[in-house]
Amino acid sequence: MKQKTSFLTFLGKIEGLPVAAVLLVLYVAFIITAPLVFKGYRIYMSFFQTVPPLLVAGLGLTFVITAGEIDLSFSAVMAFSGFVFAWFYKAIPGPSGPWLAVLLALASGALVGYVNGLLVAKLHVPSIMATLAAQFFWSGVSVLLAGGKSWSIEGITTNIVHTVFVGRIFGIVPAQALWALGLAIFLWYILNRHKFGEEIMFIGDNADVARVMGINVDAARIKLFVMNGVIAAFGALLLTIEMNTYFDTQGEGFLLPTMAAVFIGGTSIAGGYGSIVGTFFGSYIIGSLDAGVVATGIGGYWTQLVSGLVMAASVILNIVLGEGHFRQAGSRIRHWFTPSGSNARDKTD
Amino acid sequence: MVESPVERSALRMVNIEKYFGQVCALRKINLEVGSNEIVGLIGDNGAGKSTMVKILTGVFPPTSGELYIAGNKVNLHAYNVKKAHEHGIETVYQDKSLGDKQVLWRNFFIGREITLPLGFIDVKREKEIASEIMVNTIGFRGKGITVDSKVSKLSGGERQGVSIGRAMHFKAELIILDEPTVALSLKEVAKVLNFVRKIKESGKACVYISHDISDVYEISDRFVIMDRGEIVASIAKKDISLKALDEFLLEYSHGLKDKAEL
Repeated sequence: MKQKTSFLTFLGKIEGLPVAAVLLVLYVAFIITAPLVFKGYRIYMSFFQTVPPLLVAGLGLTFVITAGEIDLSFSAVMAFSGFVFAWFYKAIPGPSGPWLAVLLALASGALVGYVNGLLVAKLHVPSIMATLAAQFFWSGVSVLLAGGKSWSIEGITTNIVHTVFVGRIFGIVPAQALWALGLAIFLWYILNRHKFGEEIMFIGDNADVARVMGINVDAARIKLFVMNGVIAAFGALLLTIEMNTYFDTQGEGFLLPTMAAVFIGGTSIAGGYGSIVGTFFGSYIIGSLDAGVVATGIGGYWTQLVSGLVMAASVILNIVLGEGHFRQAGSRIRHWFTPSGSNARDKTD
Repeated sequence: MVESPVERSALRMVNIEKYFGQVCALRKINLEVGSNEIVGLIGDNGAGKSTMVKILTGVFPPTSGELYIAGNKVNLHAYNVKKAHEHGIETVYQDKSLGDKQVLWRNFFIGREITLPLGFIDVKREKEIASEIMVNTIGFRGKGITVDSKVSKLSGGERQGVSIGRAMHFKAELIILDEPTVALSLKEVAKVLNFVRKIKESGKACVYISHDISDVYEISDRFVIMDRGEIVASIAKKDISLKALDEFLLEYSHGLKDKAEL
């Protein structure tokens, strides 16, 4: 019995293992039930095309949740920054135009994040409310500026920007899959091996500890939201360029699946711990479910039910193999609704 | 010039006052701590102990007054936690010195990471040094605790040991212990007191804050008693027995009670 427990503990120490196992089991199940689809490579190439925007958004959200905050505005950034790209792509002529449009799209995400960060860190607005307001506001701005319409981006399929971000490597592999993978590796190092990541973990664990150890908590929170804005804008770029269009409904439907991907990946809702590897596999689970379930032939009506089951299974596995990060979930959710200054207001006795 | 009761001063507070809005939390605090002295700071809840600690450690500034560290005047406008660390003031808090879910090596270096270029952490070196501190400075040996253990796995006494070891590693001249033994068993308290003795042995100064008079008496060279934002007495250990100190505090609090009732 003891051996069994320590074996489980050992497994629990490998980052993202439970969720990787779930993904593997899922694909094996799909291969058995839908061999025609899942034994070929095309379905995987299609996942490489559709999952990256969700994965990219999930990577940023992993940082936010690790810091003990929440950001509901990233899906609006996927609309707003996508629109900003479409607008400037059309507006700026010349060969450098598309690159300027890329930069301005990323900057627009930073702007949204900066405002969020100021609201949370300086005005002590609870992050769930600040970013919920931002979600409505920036979606509204996009709709207004776009005149309520979708904008197709003519001529982009032959542009170098298209090749760089969403081209097909060897004519098969979607480039966005590599961008997302590269970003995941980069952000793993930032979270686990960089000062900023360590600050984020300590702030999510206990902001008072972070403060008395000399971390500038306000500044780190602002950086965090700016970073998440830029990352969401990058997801918007991958999405918009792949689609050759800014859609008026863009970004809708990303919010809950992205959060699901982060949570089934094992990132602690209580803050203080986040798993980039988990989010990576979690995103592929979330992104594969719909197509997979349909391919098995049991019918499209089943997709949500199966999604729910797979999410529950992943989360339970994380708890069994993990160290009970979920226990403090209640107090963390209460924190989302309380001003960020409130845990800073020390008792003076 | 305030009269100096000590030979070489690690810390001197002159007329420090702190107001929170209209409320006076500290009134004309004058306190000196010698460079190898353990001062026991005693006072009830609301006496102003924690406020004083937060001023010393740069969490917030005083409303007025002067602060000297090792004889040098500190610019209180530019004072913060990092500056306090640079001046060699380290704090061990009752419960907010360590990140519970983080591994020990991260806790040793949080806020003062050993970095490679671009702000990346030198994990190998941090782990080596953390391990060295654990074995040599605080004497954790073969208890199944490694630098990769999470703080949540440690007992209360061990946690304070980690905090004290960290403070000593960073060349603290003065270590402030803010209620380090609250909610600990007797055995764990004994461990913490041993860690505090190591501070004294290493020639450093210490301000030890506790509700428990017997702990304070055992470990301190001098007792400073605070009440309602003021220092009301400073007594050397050689001048008072534990029993007399206890009676003094009891009488004092009764005396105040009587006053309050009038």
